[in-house]
Amino acid sequence: MEYALKLENVSKSYKDFTLDNINISLPYGSIMGFVGENGSGKTTTIKLILDLIKRDSGIITILGQDNVDNKNIKQLKEHIGVVMDESCFPEMLTLMEVNKVLKNIYKTWDERKFGTLAKQFSLHKNKKIKDYSKGMKMKLSIAIALAHDAKILILDEATSGLDPLVRDEILDVFRDFIQNDRHSIFMTSHIISDLEKICDYITLIHNGKIILNKSTDELIDNYGILKCSEADFKTITPTAVKGFRKNAFGVEALVIKKEIKGDFVVDKASIENIMVYSIKEARCNESTNH
Amino acid sequence: MNIIISNSSGQPIYEQIIAQIKALIISGQLEEGYQLPSMRLLAKELRISVITTKRAFEELEREGFIVAITGKGSFVAGKNVEFIKEQQLKEIEEHMQEIIQKANTCGLQLDELIEMLSIIYKGE
Repeated sequence: MEYALKLENVSKSYKDFTLDNINISLPYGSIMGFVGENGSGKTTTIKLILDLIKRDSGIITILGQDNVDNKNIKQLKEHIGVVMDESCFPEMLTLMEVNKVLKNIYKTWDERKFGTLAKQFSLHKNKKIKDYSKGMKMKLSIAIALAHDAKILILDEATSGLDPLVRDEILDVFRDFIQNDRHSIFMTSHIISDLEKICDYITLIHNGKIILNKSTDELIDNYGILKCSEADFKTITPTAVKGFRKNAFGVEALVIKKEIKGDFVVDKASIENIMVYSIKEARCNESTNH
Repeated sequence: MNIIISNSSGQPIYEQIIAQIKALIISGQLEEGYQLPSMRLLAKELRISVITTKRAFEELEREGFIVAITGKGSFVAGKNVEFIKEQQLKEIEEHMQEIIQKANTCGLQLDELIEMLSIIYKGE
């Protein structure tokens, strides 16, 4: 398979945090959701991908090219659309002025496409960006990312802080983008329900390590939430359990559905369930190891 | 072409797609040579993953219901509808054999079985 984004054994150490041997493969034409708690290493990974910080070791390839050691780097960057959670455009400019600036920066800048997107997103042409709402600023960033012939979108919390209607609209824009099977999206979000709706793959990072990396379908098909009494819970094969929580009246556990034999209540697990239980389990293992 | 996906049904989404497209082909609503929507468009419109639609299309292709032509898309295959119906009848017969065996072991009579079947059939 060909990959639009590939991280191989990428590491980066800080005094108090290590990104440890990260491996990520995003096939062309698909969307990957990159999830984890605050401080788990998501933004560090994105910064490494965008070469905003230097990696200690490992290889990162974007659209088949190295992201640092590459004489075509300028050309490559034309095809990477980036949206961060904060708007980073000069607040005193208007949409038209931003257009003028970017026209001179990107060789592939498509003024007409930018105009169409601005219209679609109902962005005011003559309002200063400082007067835009948070949703409008985010839409502006997305319109800009899409208006310069981007083939891969790297999105860091691009839908956070937005209302459900705007988010739905933006997810539709991403679905449109992916209609071209050479286009791909790598996105982080704390709104797991959005990721569950749109992502083909989910990668879970915890404490600088990837702890889960599967297709969304595989996760939904294989995992379940088991509910039973504590006595029953003890009869279950430990390898089937991927995390659990006890309460006063019983146990809830994240399990591999097909490894549960017998008459038990197993509900559908959401990606959010899977994430929360997996991280709890990882934390639990860490504290017993130390 | 209508495809209705239920999230609360226990049946995986790709199976729901397969079953519905099969039904459309067998009932003759989709004729031989009809071009199916692309996997990407179907995924977008149904708001599901491309992996899911891809899996459904691959399965339909494997069973001979559709043919994929690289660069053009997927089309309803020229498979004999009568033959498909016959195959399904055979499957139904096999299931019925099983039902009769189970009915025999617990002493259920034919008229009781028929009554059960008609209740369930109408209930759906």
